[in-house]
Amino acid sequence: MRLMNRVSCSIAVLLMLAGTSVMAMEAKPMAKDTVLEEKVMEISFELRCLVCQNQTIADSDAELAVDLRNQVREMIVAGKTEEEIVDYMVARYGDFILYRPPVQPTTYLLWFGPFILFAVGLGVLVMNIRSRRKISDEEAAEEQLSSDELARVKSLLKQSSGDESK
Amino acid sequence: MVKYLIPLVLFVVLAGFLFAGLGLKPREVPSPFIGKAAPDFNLPQLMQPEKSISRDELLGKVYLLNVWASWCVTCKYEHPLLMELKNARLVEVYGLNYKDKREDARLVLRRTGDPYVVNAYDEEGRVGIDYGVTGTPETFLIDKNGTVVHKVIGALTPDILRNCILPLVEQLKMADRQNQISREAVEACV
Repeated sequence: MRLMNRVSCSIAVLLMLAGTSVMAMEAKPMAKDTVLEEKVMEISFELRCLVCQNQTIADSDAELAVDLRNQVREMIVAGKTEEEIVDYMVARYGDFILYRPPVQPTTYLLWFGPFILFAVGLGVLVMNIRSRRKISDEEAAEEQLSSDELARVKSLLKQSSGDESK
Repeated sequence: MVKYLIPLVLFVVLAGFLFAGLGLKPREVPSPFIGKAAPDFNLPQLMQPEKSISRDELLGKVYLLNVWASWCVTCKYEHPLLMELKNARLVEVYGLNYKDKREDARLVLRRTGDPYVVNAYDEEGRVGIDYGVTGTPETFLIDKNGTVVHKVIGALTPDILRNCILPLVEQLKMADRQNQISREAVEACV
């Protein structure tokens, strides 16, 4: 799921970047603007759109996302750092606006849940393999020939090889 | 036997999670402003553009700040309730007219009645961003010190007003400070 997200996200990023650079060229063919737009997008990819919540404000066409992108652009022009811009957004919209949720007690389950599930799965797998091995060992023991049977096998083999030599 | 129970148990657990998920309201993002000062603003009024309205002018009052727009359908649905609030004089409602056209907003109020004491006209939605508005309508309950006590995302309902907003308003009007309101009143809003 996560990987899928990554993949679709990076496709979206590529499309987005392609789109914006073309648009920027059309609007103002200045290299400076392309750099600015890239910076706007870079920060926008860290911010969740609160209208369509599974998208970043870079991906979303919702009006709020457009407004927030403009806000980001203005703040970059005003010389604010990425950290200052993100803090500004968090102060207004809360941690929820962070597309990468911060690690804190309320998000422990989110961050560590997959590892717990993995550990549980691994445990089940190990137990399963062990019990299977035990069964196959027992079966193998049953299949072992007793010394009587072994003697019979040997005599039969001897007999048959004697037949062949005739 | 146990072997056949495991998938059943897993199914029930999964179904339980999914069922609980149906009741979640992902739009109701907790506001970072609860218990903090309402952001300052200074905007022209909707009806009288030459006059302005600021947060500081509202200090000393318990009021609702209702974010709305003429293009917002849910706001139309909410409107009669705000009119009732006005007529019953239970709590003053100030408006934040959000990303609207002045003429459109005025037309709506002329046609259907104006439940607001004053409307601040936020043409570009700047104050909306400062208040963390994600959509209309949203309603903030603000106390005498200008602290945000509660935020309702989406339309107000008679139920929310009766059980949460109005009891809080009553206590806030008596209190000087927000920490004097009873815990039950706050919990009724959760």
